[in-house]
Amino acid sequence: MNDNDLLIRNIDTSFAELVQERSGENVRRCYYCQKCTVGCPTAYVMDYKPAQVLKLIQLGQKDTLLRSTAIWLCVGCETCGTRCPNEIRLAPVMDTLKYMALEEGYAVPETAVYALHRSFMDSIKLWGRVHEATMLAEYALRSRGAILSDLGMGMQLILKGKISFLPERIKRLGEVRALYKRAGSESVKGGGS
Amino acid sequence: MKYSYYPGCTIGTTAVEYGLSTDAVCAALDVELIELEDWNCCGASSAHSLNHELALALPARNVALAQAAGLDTVIPCPACYQHSLAADKRLREDENWRAEMEQLLGFQYNGQGRSRHLLEILGGDLDKDALAAKVTQPLKGLKVACYYGCVLVRPPELTGWDDPEHPMVMDRLLEAVGAEPVDWSWKVDCCGASLTLSRSEVVVELSSKLAEAAQEAGANCIACACGICQINLDTRQKDTQIPVFYFTELMGLAFGLPGTDKWFGKHMIDPRPLLKSLGLA
Repeated sequence: MNDNDLLIRNIDTSFAELVQERSGENVRRCYYCQKCTVGCPTAYVMDYKPAQVLKLIQLGQKDTLLRSTAIWLCVGCETCGTRCPNEIRLAPVMDTLKYMALEEGYAVPETAVYALHRSFMDSIKLWGRVHEATMLAEYALRSRGAILSDLGMGMQLILKGKISFLPERIKRLGEVRALYKRAGSESVKGGGS
Repeated sequence: MKYSYYPGCTIGTTAVEYGLSTDAVCAALDVELIELEDWNCCGASSAHSLNHELALALPARNVALAQAAGLDTVIPCPACYQHSLAADKRLREDENWRAEMEQLLGFQYNGQGRSRHLLEILGGDLDKDALAAKVTQPLKGLKVACYYGCVLVRPPELTGWDDPEHPMVMDRLLEAVGAEPVDWSWKVDCCGASLTLSRSEVVVELSSKLAEAAQEAGANCIACACGICQINLDTRQKDTQIPVFYFTELMGLAFGLPGTDKWFGKHMIDPRPLLKSLGLA
């Protein structure tokens, strides 16, 4: 953590309450035992570790968190939530911070992670199910070729018949589209790419 | 026994051998699987990352389809399974949301028909003696590290049918068909899941650690119950080349079912040399 990151003038006093309300998790109960950080498989690549994320929420450091890589590198494995002595599930907290970052127009620092999620959700909207070949094509464009390093593996998967070319479209796609419409587009706008 | 079946998007593609071996093993055990008509993707790792409402509404449609079918639903993918449980919980507990979903999807929620993971059915419900009776080729010498991955047993308040830190259902199941599960400490450590495409170096790191830990524990193979775990471990090992099976493939092999060669041919790390060396193929 940089010394400059924690600025008193940046404290958002209502932030912890808002995160708590939206995630349904009592983030104020954290007493910083750091069990979440110790068990987290991706903490080693995060800018702020899971326990630090909770502490920053308590300290109202909204801007720092909504810019962080940590929220996008959490894979939702639920290890932290299972082990937390205060029964705080961090996965929904991390998701809540992602929604807030998108809603407020923050650029997602993990551009490839965001590109993949977007391509995936577009695929479901288009077919009702994920169709890998077209989803990966969109991802390649959105991520500006991030997937090209895996081209060899992709070829092997195609040769083994593990990537199908023809998409399967569900019959009542209208129902899925209605769910998308109801959920609004506000949470999938913005982002890094 | 008769169940509805929600295969999920990977079963027809990257996890095709999981689907084929599931069909074969269930048929052999008289577990009838009837595919849910017109099911949709549950949103996997992406819906919950971008949109909370979609993350619950997409699987809610499948819960509605399952309810109409009137049976418990078997789900082979842990993420699909977890999302179904989460949607069902919200349908049960959030009256306003339930009313909206009922209207949009044209159904009346009655809480009938549970979502259940395939391992819970085959490993938890079935009598071990009945399983052992099907075995024509005990998997002797197959030292298997049973890998449960992250969300199959977590969060425990949703899943709850095995220990979230030290699950044993798969170990006991594979023991019943003659394999030799090893003790190891990495059963529920995450493989990196969907980061496999967007931050592949993270998945290489995590999956390699798992494979090395399995080897250190004396395993000559890994068994799993998830399409993402399997493909991550099968494609992202650095210095090891440990075969990664679906638990259903090992059951099929022990039962002497036809088709095993086709399943194993789909793996990136070919498991057949190991099986040959043990006289199992």
